[in-house]
Amino acid sequence: MKHLLTTSFLVAAATGAFAQEQGGRLDIVVQPEPPSLMLGLVQNGPTQMVAGHIYESLLRYDTDLQPQPSLAKSWEISEDGLTYTFHLHEGVTWHDGEPFSAEDVVFSADEFLRETHSRLRVSLNYVESITAPDANTVVFQLSEPFGPFINSFEAGTMPIVPKHIYAGTDYANNEMNATPIGTGPFKFEAWEKGSHIHLVKNEDYYLDGKPYLDEVFFRVIPDAASRAVAFETGEADVLPGGSIENWDVARLMEDEDTCSTGEGWEFLAPHSFMWMNNREGPTSDERFRQAVMYAMDREFVRDVVWNGFGKVATGPVSSRTNFYTDDVTDYSHDPDKARALLEEMGYDGEPVRILPLPYGETWQRWAEAVKQNLQEVGIEVEIDSADVAGWNQKTSEWDYDLAFTYLYQYGDPALGTARNYLEDQIEKGSPWNNVEGYRNPELDAKWAEAAVTLGKEERQKLYTEIQQEIVEDAPVAWLLELEFPTLYDCKVQDLVTTAIGVNDGLRDTWIKQ
Amino acid sequence: MAIATTVLGRLIKAAITLLAIVVLNFLLIHAAPGDPAAVMAGEAGAADEIFIAQLRERFGLDQPLYVQLWNYVGNIIQFDLGYSYRQGAPVFDLIMERLPATLLLTLTAFGISLLFGVAMGVAASARVGRAGDSVITGIALLFYATPLYWAALMAVLVFSVWLGWLPGFGYETVGGGFTGLSRALDILKHLILPATTLGLFFMAVYTRMTRASMLEVAQMDFVKTARAKGLPDRVIRRRHILRNALLPVVTLAGLQAGQLVGGAVLTETVFAWPGIGRLMFESLQARDYNTLLGVFLISAAMVILFNIVTDLVYRLIDPRIGATR
Repeated sequence: MKHLLTTSFLVAAATGAFAQEQGGRLDIVVQPEPPSLMLGLVQNGPTQMVAGHIYESLLRYDTDLQPQPSLAKSWEISEDGLTYTFHLHEGVTWHDGEPFSAEDVVFSADEFLRETHSRLRVSLNYVESITAPDANTVVFQLSEPFGPFINSFEAGTMPIVPKHIYAGTDYANNEMNATPIGTGPFKFEAWEKGSHIHLVKNEDYYLDGKPYLDEVFFRVIPDAASRAVAFETGEADVLPGGSIENWDVARLMEDEDTCSTGEGWEFLAPHSFMWMNNREGPTSDERFRQAVMYAMDREFVRDVVWNGFGKVATGPVSSRTNFYTDDVTDYSHDPDKARALLEEMGYDGEPVRILPLPYGETWQRWAEAVKQNLQEVGIEVEIDSADVAGWNQKTSEWDYDLAFTYLYQYGDPALGTARNYLEDQIEKGSPWNNVEGYRNPELDAKWAEAAVTLGKEERQKLYTEIQQEIVEDAPVAWLLELEFPTLYDCKVQDLVTTAIGVNDGLRDTWIKQ
Repeated sequence: MAIATTVLGRLIKAAITLLAIVVLNFLLIHAAPGDPAAVMAGEAGAADEIFIAQLRERFGLDQPLYVQLWNYVGNIIQFDLGYSYRQGAPVFDLIMERLPATLLLTLTAFGISLLFGVAMGVAASARVGRAGDSVITGIALLFYATPLYWAALMAVLVFSVWLGWLPGFGYETVGGGFTGLSRALDILKHLILPATTLGLFFMAVYTRMTRASMLEVAQMDFVKTARAKGLPDRVIRRRHILRNALLPVVTLAGLQAGQLVGGAVLTETVFAWPGIGRLMFESLQARDYNTLLGVFLISAAMVILFNIVTDLVYRLIDPRIGATR
């Protein structure tokens, strides 16, 4: 097993130490099968992985979350943080041959995505106007200096869609959704439902020599064990993070032709925790929630259930995200402290239900580990169960005591984290808001201020205070910063070079013959 | 003529049954927790109420249940299976895309199990009590008791990973560029493992059933008569015993045939076979109501159809059935 470091990637990219070889075919496992490839309409994981190579946004982000050119070759942000000016690449064409221009960007952000993309809407609320002074310049004028706005130009967040195809149509029912047209390094060729999606090299791509690969097959293999077999038999060259069970990851990594990297998740930075219902039952008592934090042996779970992948979470913000601090209350495994807290609150043995995530065996085992930890300190536990739709229903209708989940961070606490702790995010019907029911008006004001504060240090100060106070209140039980290693055949080079990894990285990928 | 009237009568009953199945399925599916809008929003990793409300409106889920049911049944009567909003395509197209692969798999499995099952049953009954019989019944018992999922994984492990003889999954070599005969051969290679695995259970059932039935019929008076007539053993076995022993096998074959469309979920999953069983399972998880109901409807229609066919085959094998009416 060879674990590649970022530095070696960067050095290679910067100096051209390797001569990138042209040609070849790459087979990547995608799972589950995406419902659609129209990235402006559907933003689930599998769709992003495939369509992130068909569509592009203005920027990409390296593994330190620093913005890099994509459709925009350069950009400026005014000193007051209100004006974002992007200069676009010239000579870019859509896959159908039509020229791409700033008008497409204005249409995508201001009309199309405003209507269809709920996550981007949060950022667009701070945007006063989007204009195209000329064919290669786009200007975003903000009403307030919304700090995380620079993180909004990733392919899954702001995919640029063709105006000439979508303007004035019913977006969701546009016939062209079945044959997506983007500006990206690969073109859509065919989709055999249930088997594979075939992308081919965009010969007219605007960066000279790129992409290197001739074609990419995204293989749909529904069973986790079969996906591991596909990799072993060489049918698939790449197993993106999370596509096989953890014990198979450890097993496959023993092969010396197998390379792996934990990078490529910096932008999403999946952060796992258990919602604890703050409204009723034992979990409504802060001392009970703190007792849960002390009772859990999270390092054991990381080492055994996750085979050593991941990192114990210290609080609401991931250490891979901007504005993280570890200067917070330490909830290391301490059963005695947990028992003392339970005694202090007078816990009467009322049982609590744990709802695992329905994403496979790992999550089931995790729930069992937590159950055992909690029983050790005297908490009565039952494990609940549900499929994906049932899990959505139970959590979004608040029918749970403890429920496993994980949230993406999107590079900034204002985008990924705040939504789980703000009072105005308490609303039934969605599992992506303040499901636990935490209320802290004082902190709400701080969150709001931090989002539009100019200057990194000022923002850091506010977010440090926020993290310290939330960790003390323990509205949820933070678990692990999840790590989903990507496995690949070592002949594949430069596979993961960005903060979203295989979701947009194939532009630079090549195969050593 | 008699057959035509019977079939017509059965078809009318079938249509009524199907309609009842449609209504029942519809209500059952809507009783399951969650809906497609919530699942789709959930997959996006972030969603606000506007987004979910938009989806519900697009899917027509914002209307009262009885209105949705009325609309759905109305469409079905006009042979319109509706639209999968999740996959952005008409359900009929989605099903037709998957149907050939599934039928190829299940029909092959059906053929394999019936052919080998009956042959092994006949062979065992001819050697009853001897070593050959024990070997065959032993094998049948093994196949009968082995869980399909495990057998499938083992088949992949042995023949694909260890020996490398056969591809472990998929319908054909992806991007292989085969055409004509070489493509057919390629598909055949991919077909062997899943079809055999899927056929094992019913093969065992047919073996046991045929053997028991053959032994039972062999005791009957008309067989003795045939023997007394001096007919050769071979002819007695084929024309007298087997023909009569096949009736229960046909009943079971009718059952298996009913599962041709929807009965291969596990096999299709393990072998990544792009069939309808997976479409069904994925639609269930996504609460893609229209697609799921469409698959159910086609499966139900197949079950009913094969019930009718089974009845007709009975008459063919044993002309006494139906002759009195």
